Amino acid sequence: MAFGTSWGLNAYGWFGRARRIVATAYNLEFEKPLLELEKQIAHLKRMARDQQIDVGREIAPLESKLTSLRREIYDGLTPLQRVLVARHPSRPYTLDYLDLTFTDFIELRGDRLFRDDPAIVGGWARFRGRTVMVIGHQKGRDTKENLKRNFGMPHPEGYRKALRLMRMAERFHAPVITLIDTPGAYPGLGAEERGQAEAIARNLEDMASLKTATIAVIIGEGGSGGALALALADRVMMFENSVYSVISPEGCAAILWQDASQKERAAEALKITARDLQQLGVIDDIVPEPPGGAHADPEGAAEALSEVLARHLADLDRVPVDRLVPLRAEKYLKMGQFTED
Amino acid sequence: MAWFRKDRKARTSSREKLEIPADAWDKCDECGHVDLREKFDRALQVCPNCGYHKRINSRKYIEILTDPDSFEELFENIRPVDPLRFESYADRLVATQKLVGMADAVVTGAGTLTGVPLHVAAMEFAFMGGSMGSVVGEKIARLTALSLKKKVALVIVSASGGARMQEGVLSLMQMAKTSPLISQLRDQGIPYISILTNPTTGGVSASWAMQGDINLAEPGALIGFAGPRVIKQTIGQDLPKGFQTSEFLVEHGMVDAVVPRSDLADTVARLIRLMQRRPAFEAVD
Ligand SMILES: [Zn+2]
Repeated sequence: MAFGTSWGLNAYGWFGRARRIVATAYNLEFEKPLLELEKQIAHLKRMARDQQIDVGREIAPLESKLTSLRREIYDGLTPLQRVLVARHPSRPYTLDYLDLTFTDFIELRGDRLFRDDPAIVGGWARFRGRTVMVIGHQKGRDTKENLKRNFGMPHPEGYRKALRLMRMAERFHAPVITLIDTPGAYPGLGAEERGQAEAIARNLEDMASLKTATIAVIIGEGGSGGALALALADRVMMFENSVYSVISPEGCAAILWQDASQKERAAEALKITARDLQQLGVIDDIVPEPPGGAHADPEGAAEALSEVLARHLADLDRVPVDRLVPLRAEKYLKMGQFTED
Repeated sequence: MAWFRKDRKARTSSREKLEIPADAWDKCDECGHVDLREKFDRALQVCPNCGYHKRINSRKYIEILTDPDSFEELFENIRPVDPLRFESYADRLVATQKLVGMADAVVTGAGTLTGVPLHVAAMEFAFMGGSMGSVVGEKIARLTALSLKKKVALVIVSASGGARMQEGVLSLMQMAKTSPLISQLRDQGIPYISILTNPTTGGVSASWAMQGDINLAEPGALIGFAGPRVIKQTIGQDLPKGFQTSEFLVEHGMVDAVVPRSDLADTVARLIRLMQRRPAFEAVD
C-alpha cells in the first residue's frame, strides 16, 4: 500500500488485541483535509525520528487541529456520507468487537439443517464477566474473506443458525446481544430455494417470543429485512455513524427516479441516520463514536459500545423474565405513523 | 401470436359477435383465449382455457372468503400520513386513494365462512403495489390482536411488492410490529392461514405471509424474498424457468399447497374446522 494514496492512514498503527484491522483503499472525499494533516504529522514524526530532534512543539497544535477538524467534519456529515462511513472497510466488524468489547468468545457454527453460513457469526462470550450470547453479521476486509463471508449477506441458514443460538441462550438464561452490519439478505438462487423469506419471518416471530433479554446494535449497515431479522429486540441502538434503512439509497434512487446517481437525494429522503431513527422512535439509544468515526479509533468505539451495553443490560436485569415478551410486543406496537378519525 | 388471434376470431361466428357488444368480451393475458366476460367473472377471473389466475382486487377476495352479507369492515378509519415528508408521497397518496377508492393497501374485517367466524385481511395490489407502510401494519396488527382476544381464526391474503419506501424504516418496523402478535396466535392455538397471491415478495413475504400455521398459494404466483430482477442482476444470469412460482415453493417446502381460486373458500373453511383446538387433556391423578 503506497503511502498517502489510500485511506489507510487513519487506521495506521492500530492493531487489535488479536485481530488487525487492515486498511484497504477506500477514499472518503470529505476526509481529504484530515489526510493532509495526518500526512504532515507523520512527516514531522519521521523527521524527528530520523534526525533525532524534538518536534513536540510543532506537532501538538497540528494534532489538536486534527482532532477538532475531525469532530467538525463528522458533525456535519450528510446522510450519504454516513452511508460511506458505515460501509468503511476499516470500520470494526462483529469479530472485532468480540475481541475488544467481549472476552472468552467461543464460536458456535451451523444451523444443524444445511450448513454453516459464515456471513453470520455467533457464540458464547463474556461481557464484563457475565455470560452472554453474541451474534452478528460478519463482512470481510479483503476479496478472499469477502467471498467467504459473502460481503456480510446471509443465506437462510445464517438466520437459522442465529435462531438456534438465541434459543440456546434462552435455555441458559443468558442475554442475547446482536450486532447488525449487512447490506441485506443475499438475493440469490440458493437463498430463495431454501426460503430466505421464511427464515427472516421465522426469526421475527421467534425473537418476539424469546424469554430472555435481547439487545440489538446497528454497528454499520442496517440493510432492511436482512438486518431486522437479527434486530427485533428489547433494546435497539445504533452507532452514531451507522445507518438503518428499508432500502439502500442506490436501490431507492433506481426505483423512484430510474437513476442510481440520485442516491444523495434518496439517502436524505429515507431518514436513515441514528438521529433520524431516534426521532422516529425506532431506536432507543445512540452509541457515540470517537472523533473521526469508529474506523479512526476502533478501541474507542469498542469502549463506547461497552458503556452503552452495560447500562441497558443493567436496566433489563431489573425486568422480570415473564414481562420481557409482553413489553417487547408493546414496544413495537407503537411504531409507525397514521391518523384515525 | 398474431396467427393465434386470427384463428380465434375465425371460430367466433359473426352472427354471435353482432349480437354481443364488444365490451362483453374478455381476453386471457396468458394464452390469449377470448371468452365472454361473464364467463371469466363466474370463474373468478381464472382462464377457462389455460387456468391462468388473473389478478382480482381485495374486495373480491373478501367476497370469496366470507359468507354473503357476513363481512363487517373494521379499522377503515386508519389513514396514511407522510411521516418523513418524502418528496411527492403526499400527492401520490391522494391520487392513489382517488383511483383505487381505498385509504391504503389493505381491507380488514370480520365475517363468517360456511357459518364459522373468521377475521380476514386482503391486501390491495393496485394501491402502490400493495406496499406495506404504517397503515397496512397497523390494520394487520389490530386484526391479529382481535383474533387473540376473540379466539377467532385469522386469514390474510397477501399481494405485495414489499415495504413502502416512502415511509422508510417505519415500513420495515411493521414486520416487527405484527410478528409478536402472530407469535401469540401460535402460542394460543388460534389458526392463522396465510394466502399468498401474485406477487408476494420483500417485507411482506418475510413476515406475515410466511408465518401462517398454513401457507397456501394461488397457482402461478410469484413468491420470494428478493424480486427476480434483483436476483438476475446479482448473479448475472437468467433465472431457471418456474423459479419463485407457487409450485416451486411447494416443491421446496415453503408453502403447504397450491390452491386454485375456485377451491380457496372450501379449503380455508375445512382447515379452520379441522384446526379447532380441543381442550387440553387433563390427567386424572
Ligand atoms: Zn388463458
